Amino acid sequence: MTVNELCQKCGFSAVVIPDGDREVTGCYTGDLLSWVMGRAKGDDAWITIMSNINILAVATLADVSCIILSEGVTVDGDIIETAKQKEVNILSSSLPSYETAVKVSEQI
Amino acid sequence: MSESLTFHFDVDGEDFTSAGQASVQVKKNLRRLGISPEIIRQVSIAMYEGEINMVIHAGGGTADVIVSEDKIEIILADKGPGIADVNLAMQEGYSTATDQVRSLGFGAGMGLPNMKRYTDEMIIDSVVGEGTTIRMVVNL
Ligand SMILES: Nc1ncnc2c1ncn2[C@@H]1O[C@H](COP(=O)(O)OP(=O)(O)OP(=O)(O)O)[C@@H](O)[C@H]1O
Ligand SMILES: [Mg+2]
Repeated sequence: MTVNELCQKCGFSAVVIPDGDREVTGCYTGDLLSWVMGRAKGDDAWITIMSNINILAVATLADVSCIILSEGVTVDGDIIETAKQKEVNILSSSLPSYETAVKVSEQI
Repeated sequence: MSESLTFHFDVDGEDFTSAGQASVQVKKNLRRLGISPEIIRQVSIAMYEGEINMVIHAGGGTADVIVSEDKIEIILADKGPGIADVNLAMQEGYSTATDQVRSLGFGAGMGLPNMKRYTDEMIIDSVVGEGTTIRMVVNL
């Protein structure tokens, strides 16, 4: 399933999706960045409540397919701009992380 | 690739918002060289953790990445405070990160263990009051 399809099927909002055809093959939830770096797999969707700019480098380097901000967390405009440039997909979900992960799991 | 290629970066210790830039650039360079995604991911993760550590714990430093026929070497050098007890620092969960840094999601004490896990070789050379040099190797 692609990031675009996941976003639509789960009813998430598209914050910025510069690379929507990217495949999602798994899911990881976590807010401590080194845990994400060490434990997320490439092409996972990464669910987090962290919204500072460092999540973009983590997403790029851990090679996740998208960031899903849970709990209705929002990001600043400059982060959206940078995500566009760096081709990092960001979705948002109004649900808590657990329910967000359940939705993802129903689709992949 | 018969000759080795070196990429050099100065890592700014002041700027949190651009932390990770050198690692992101290395990822791009390795992609262009046609290195496999798995290897790129290993190098990216190990280098990012080391780069972030230099920003958070050492006020910046330098990063050199040397790509040769059979391996990728990452050398991170800083003139920070040094690490008094390297074995302790290597333990999962050990961190001296400040609350401010923790609020950004760092400080889990997992960076050095990740660097070890994602590389084939890792040597930490650290002198308190002088600085830290970390050499990592990922075999191709
Ligand atoms: N370059 C460095 N200079 C000085 N001290 C360092 C350096 N790198 C690591 N350390 C010390 O080793 C500790 C453990 O490092 P490690 O990367 O494992 O965890 P962390 O950076 O505290 O948290 P995390 O990496 O999970 O965000 C640090 O808290 C710090 O005390
Ligand atoms: Mg660290």
